[in-house]
Amino acid sequence: MSAETRVESKAAFEAWRDRLRTERGGRKAEVLVCCGTGCLANGARDVAEAIDGAMRARGLDASVGFFEKHTGCHGFCERGPLVLLRPSGVLYTRVKPRDAKAIVEETVEKGQIVQKLLYRNPETKKPVEKYDEIPFYANQTRVAMRRIGQIDPTDLGDAVAAGAYAGMVRALLEMKPEAVIAEVEASGLRGRGGAGFATARKWKSCRQAKGERKFILCNGDEGDPGAFKDRSIMEGDPHSVVEGMVIGAYAVGAHEGYVYVRDEYPLAVVNLTLALEQARKAGLLGKNILGTGFDFDIRISRGGGAFVCGESSALMRSLEGKVGEPRAKYVHATDRGLFDLPTVLNNVETWSDVGAILEHGGAWFAGMGTAKSKGTKAFSLVGKVKNTGLIELPMGTTMRHIVYGIGGGIKDDRPFKAVQTGGPSGGCVPASMLDVPVDYEKLTEAGSMMGSGGMIVMDDRTCMVDVARYFLKFLVEESCGKCTPCREGLKQMLAMYEDLCAGRGREGDLARIERLAAAMQLGSLCDLGRSAPNPVLSTLKHFRDEYVAHIRDKDCPAGICRDLVIYDIVAERCEGCRVCIKACPTGAITGELKQAHVLDQSKCISCGSCFDVCPTDAVVWSKKTANAGGKEAA
Amino acid sequence: MNPMPCHDPAPLDGILARYPHDEPSLIQVLQDVHHAYNYLPCDVLLKVAETLEVPLPRVFSVATFYKAFSLSPQGKVIVKICTGTACHIRGAPQLVDELERQLHLKPGQTTQDMAFTLKTVNCVGACAMAPLVIVNEKYHGNAKAAEMTGYLKTGSDDVR
Repeated sequence: MSAETRVESKAAFEAWRDRLRTERGGRKAEVLVCCGTGCLANGARDVAEAIDGAMRARGLDASVGFFEKHTGCHGFCERGPLVLLRPSGVLYTRVKPRDAKAIVEETVEKGQIVQKLLYRNPETKKPVEKYDEIPFYANQTRVAMRRIGQIDPTDLGDAVAAGAYAGMVRALLEMKPEAVIAEVEASGLRGRGGAGFATARKWKSCRQAKGERKFILCNGDEGDPGAFKDRSIMEGDPHSVVEGMVIGAYAVGAHEGYVYVRDEYPLAVVNLTLALEQARKAGLLGKNILGTGFDFDIRISRGGGAFVCGESSALMRSLEGKVGEPRAKYVHATDRGLFDLPTVLNNVETWSDVGAILEHGGAWFAGMGTAKSKGTKAFSLVGKVKNTGLIELPMGTTMRHIVYGIGGGIKDDRPFKAVQTGGPSGGCVPASMLDVPVDYEKLTEAGSMMGSGGMIVMDDRTCMVDVARYFLKFLVEESCGKCTPCREGLKQMLAMYEDLCAGRGREGDLARIERLAAAMQLGSLCDLGRSAPNPVLSTLKHFRDEYVAHIRDKDCPAGICRDLVIYDIVAERCEGCRVCIKACPTGAITGELKQAHVLDQSKCISCGSCFDVCPTDAVVWSKKTANAGGKEAA
Repeated sequence: MNPMPCHDPAPLDGILARYPHDEPSLIQVLQDVHHAYNYLPCDVLLKVAETLEVPLPRVFSVATFYKAFSLSPQGKVIVKICTGTACHIRGAPQLVDELERQLHLKPGQTTQDMAFTLKTVNCVGACAMAPLVIVNEKYHGNAKAAEMTGYLKTGSDDVR
């Protein structure tokens, strides 16, 4: 539901919001089905349809105060599909379409809990009823993601009732542009895209830049593999991005804006497009915003699928319809950015924070976090951790709290090895640094970086040489090819890593790698090339023994590099459950139920699928010896 | 040289009518062209270059730079394996191997009968469900190599 008329004063905005809130407060029940990408992959669409059908079958619809909504990502993807009930706050996890009837007839109608759908605390084994009592949620502080999962992202009324545009109303109707910048400065907000540049400083330079035509851009080209917070914000609360951008435009005096969205995020484009239309109709975007005479409009530009376009100057070239090659940075974008005109580019999460800062004040935001990194930060917690999903925490939270407190520890209780942050420009934080508080400075000191908030947890079954090789392969594909140190350096570096992983590593390789890394850091044109050696250097620093094992012993301690290991089944430990037979992609394992299985080495490709599923630790790996097919005692 | 095959110009005309005829529209136009024709046909690119008044070499440099574009026809079913970091450490390489074995394709290639195109993508942002296989628009989370035949079938069902 949108505003019937354009909102043109603070009183009108507040009256509209009060009306929306009263109307929502009178609802008997809301059933919120998470339709974020994770839950959709788990079948949320079918669950939503089943609940809709069950509600209709019982005559529960809007006319009698019952609503079913599809929301953005709740964050707890591991337990999806998720269904949240309001006003009770009861959260059901791993819901199947067949559970719809019970949810509607028991909980929605009678207020009774369906016990089997509740989350169970793995430590106490007790079911947890309420959403905010689950440790995964209870330990979070959400600012940028404040409304995701609580609202229907396609409903402007929902967003406004939950607080959207309040910050913008205050900024545009009660503050001068300079005061808006001062408020952001007081908040200490720094860029959430990774580099951590002070947002207010960027705005100030752009405001002071000469010229009438200026641009406000939103970087939604979330290219770091393992990060998906921007996707969730754009999909789950697109109005938070619009609000932030309007505030930014007002502060610097810009009238045109673009959101650059990754090609792989089609739903984000759909939801943002709708949000822009709704905001325009309500007078919150476009001509004469809020009746102030201030004009600003936003267009959406879909990226072409190039990692380098997350780099600011490459992103601007791409918006100009050109090849996304970066420029040398002696000229700042705030002076000469898009079409060589003054431009402010901020990340999706940064824009979402801006609205909250203007609503609650800079001091409120600065009250959270550490000395130099203020506020909260969104992370995607993924990899070999029990509770994978999307989280937001005050800056300065320790890695240990993130992995064990919120993440619930390592999958299958295996030993922790590292957390990779910062994507291909970042590095790995080892176990010895688990108690380091996570902020911009501390992560950089640890040899990694904040990046766009991907945290990939790794266990003892992750080979760090293979991880470095993975990032090099990624970067070889994504280097734009403009400058030689990056283009050729990466290619040569990858060739060395292919050798390491295949057991062809030689003494002196590590020194050669380090020399090449130093050259790339010094000589590359943009941050993609300059930071490309980071995953290499940080794994070399913290996990040198694994490199040495690959070179000297031709061994992979994690059992991942296929040319170096062979797998086998220890007959005495095998209970004949056939789980590995089902998991084996090449049909190399044979055997009858309850009888020891046999692995045929001629068919085995050393992928380790059997090892990862065996419940009795009967699968073992060992170093491959030089004479092929020969086995070494496990 | 072979004469260039001619494609139905109707979808292109519709696309060009939606955008201003200048260089900043190029990527958006190419995206819509790719969607309409399932790849970027040469004769269509020629027309795009003329209409937007962008030199043809520059159109090709954009068409070959971005991963979203292909200059060769794509299969009916596009199978994407996510190779983001989370997927990588949770077994994406095994999934790629398995598909290469089943379809006899390397990533980027299409089967002779134009049924399947195999692609790898650098993270689709559904990392909590890693590893992922995406068959046309259907996401399969926590994917397993041994279940690949079933995933491929969901794509063939879509086409039929």
